[in-house]
Amino acid sequence: MYTVADLRKGLKITLDGDPYIVTFFEFSKPGKGQALYRTKMKNMINGTTLDRTYRSGETFEPAHLEERTMQYLYKEDTNYTFMDNQSYEQISISEDSIGDAKNFLIDNLEVEVLMFREKPIGITTPNFVNLRVTKTDPWIKGDTTGSDSKPATVETGYVLRVPPFIEEGELITIDTRTGDYSTRVKE
Amino acid sequence: MQHTLFPAARQRNLRSRALILSAVRGFFCSQDFLEVDTPHRIPAPIPECHIDLVHSGSWFLHPSPEICMKRMLSAGFERIYQICHCWRDGERGRLHLPEFTMLEWYRTQADYTSLMDDCKGLITTAAEAVGINGKLVRNGNRISLDGPWEKLSVREAFVRYGGIEAEEALDRDLFDEIMVRDIEPRLGVERPTFLVEYPAERGSLARLKPGDPDVAERFELYIAGLELANAFSELCDPVEQRERFGKELVNRAGLGKTAHPLPEKFLRDLAGMPPSAGIALGLDRLVMLLLDAASIDEVVSFTPEEL
Repeated sequence: MYTVADLRKGLKITLDGDPYIVTFFEFSKPGKGQALYRTKMKNMINGTTLDRTYRSGETFEPAHLEERTMQYLYKEDTNYTFMDNQSYEQISISEDSIGDAKNFLIDNLEVEVLMFREKPIGITTPNFVNLRVTKTDPWIKGDTTGSDSKPATVETGYVLRVPPFIEEGELITIDTRTGDYSTRVKE
Repeated sequence: MQHTLFPAARQRNLRSRALILSAVRGFFCSQDFLEVDTPHRIPAPIPECHIDLVHSGSWFLHPSPEICMKRMLSAGFERIYQICHCWRDGERGRLHLPEFTMLEWYRTQADYTSLMDDCKGLITTAAEAVGINGKLVRNGNRISLDGPWEKLSVREAFVRYGGIEAEEALDRDLFDEIMVRDIEPRLGVERPTFLVEYPAERGSLARLKPGDPDVAERFELYIAGLELANAFSELCDPVEQRERFGKELVNRAGLGKTAHPLPEKFLRDLAGMPPSAGIALGLDRLVMLLLDAASIDEVVSFTPEEL
């Protein structure tokens, strides 16, 4: 149990049954008035934010979140299936909870699945993943348009900007935190 | 010698702080004030609902030097000031330290309007000590110190920024929330603002305004949204003061807070206190403001966490 004075940026608490992360926290006390704690909190399931002011003495339940290492297996309709590396149990996560990470999910990729009350609420991919380019325009030598990048589609369907020398069929490394091209993989 | 404890910016801030302190003393000296030094450890502080005390044996570390300084006014001192540490338990944040530095001053035969002139003179002098002439920059706002300073009543501020009458905010127990969220950030952004005439029930130790007993002659000074000082035309009536202390004790009990003994000697001496005005200014915050520091941590030698 936390009291309101324990709240800090980054702390995870349970509110109305959902996990929230504190994104802003400030102690305030207007002259001769009472102590107030101004907070902003983000719902870790649906991303909505709450702007709330609390008085001394309010208490909060911590959000017990657990990360489990799992392997991506396959996609069916809008659900992604993963296997727990320890229990071999299979679970299904909706596209909404996967978010942008779906751009980087290739077969057998190991990810961290964030669990709240035995329910998956999000995943974290490795910072760098290697994906094969399935479609991009060929590099025209002597191109003088001055463009230093071009669009490319990778095996997951994700489209990003890559340098002009990247060709179809090549493997590239993508930084999953930004979604940007990082390097070409030598095979 | 290698200084590894403080980053260079904090070292510079501590040097500037000393310049500001020196200028503050120079200002009060030029105004014929006497510097006093009253005990920090006292047996019976003023009962205030929302101030929690730090114990020191069976006594307390003072949350402000108010009691002793007012007793000095009763004893015949006319203009006194004090710079001292004060303690308020549990107050910690970007603008709060549980042990902080207060600048408090009193004038007899004066009301709170004379303290507004003092504030302007003092802050202008302190600003000049660190090279600020007329214009203060904070959070990207340019605040004019040299023109007239704004006076805004609490009533007007609630309507203008809070969209609600102050009386209604009090009735619905939203006064502090609206003050912190909607009003304070908008005060003193172009020029310093004196927020004046608090509802009587928020009068604390201020006298009620002659001819308008719904409000107390109390102001708070705000610059760039930062609350710097709290001032009163002092209440000199020991009977009314005792009544207000009683209400504070009832409110404290309602919040499950402990009662402590009333400052009887203060109440006794209050009967002999001449009409006076007094003000408490957070010195760390003044330094923050003048050095454009985001947090009070940047302008003190050590925070409690660093001890």
